[in-house]
Amino acid sequence: MITLKIDGREINAEPGKTVLEAARENNIYIPTLCVNEAVAAYGACRLCMVEVTRGNRKRLVASCLYEVAEGLVVETRTERVVNIRRLVMELLLARCPNSSEVIEMARSMGIDSSRFQSEEDDNSCVLCALCTRVCREVVGKSAISLVGRGTNRKVALPFCEDTDACIACGSCVYVCPTGAIKMEDNGDVRRITWPSSTHEFKMKKCASCGSYFAPEKQISFMIQKTGLEAEKFDLCMNCRP
Amino acid sequence: MPEISVKNETLNCILDRYKRDRGQLISILQDIQAEYNYLPREAVKFVSSELGIPLSQVYSVATFFKAFSLQPRGRHTIHVCMGTACHVRGAAQILQQMENETKTCCGETTKDGKFTLESVNCVGACALGPVVVVDGEYAGQMTVNKVKPLLEKYD
Repeated sequence: MITLKIDGREINAEPGKTVLEAARENNIYIPTLCVNEAVAAYGACRLCMVEVTRGNRKRLVASCLYEVAEGLVVETRTERVVNIRRLVMELLLARCPNSSEVIEMARSMGIDSSRFQSEEDDNSCVLCALCTRVCREVVGKSAISLVGRGTNRKVALPFCEDTDACIACGSCVYVCPTGAIKMEDNGDVRRITWPSSTHEFKMKKCASCGSYFAPEKQISFMIQKTGLEAEKFDLCMNCRP
Repeated sequence: MPEISVKNETLNCILDRYKRDRGQLISILQDIQAEYNYLPREAVKFVSSELGIPLSQVYSVATFFKAFSLQPRGRHTIHVCMGTACHVRGAAQILQQMENETKTCCGETTKDGKFTLESVNCVGACALGPVVVVDGEYAGQMTVNKVKPLLEKYD
């Protein structure tokens, strides 16, 4: 066990844990947008910045990536930390002025407006890459990725239209913290809208009740992954014995 | 401009040059770019399947670096320097004249596939400003009148 100090409290943590994990285990709140236990830490949103002191040096680090160390002193609420978080939040707010999740998070930090000029288009993607990370690490398809750089960076399919790898499972939709990816099931069609393009996928019909219950490509992927016979996937959840 | 047809032997040759090592993706893409002057979509897909890297990852790399282009490019690339020194000596007019002469916008390729016109923010030859670089060859002390003769040197 490692002993460190967070906000003046002595805390024990297992080696290899991050400062964020240690803080959360001890009910110390650090805001985050890009953290999800399903995927590896990434350090994209920069909301989890904290100030660490080692010896005589103080520095700002992303707590979701910074590992605990013996004798580490962490401050999560100093003026410097609050200022930097405010800056990050205002940048996010300027990027996503219409995203209710971002607005709500800003409010909880006491921020109503941004000092930066707001983007005009209806963007709510904060480029946290949770969608691409889930697609890669959890689903194992890597159908979408972050493309371009700088102000042109966005979440997209290859060439903004190649759906070959996508199984339409919707994991990216569920994991998105700001609702930037939309999904809609309409009869035999599932429509997914990424920030760069919209695509439609065929749904599979239940052999018994006739309702459309899952995308055909997702079912094929599950057949291939599990090695079970295709007939096992003919029925929807409600019709299964 | 139509897409160039890609030969698998050419791509295999490039891949073998790097022993089909995934870590050499950027070098491989650079060689393909040198071969075709851009990254044809077929080539990007071929590299992805041969190296076993998801297409989205290869596409991500191909769009991240400015050295790569996914659109067909002209036989000659014109870089008009827009750095501070060139700017104060009239780079904007040079670029305007380039656009007029090539009948294309900055960042685009001419219809006949001859030139790709781009602006850069400094080529590090401020003493020669305003500078235009065509296929790596520097043309210094450019004037609006020198644009046409310069372009006529290329075919």
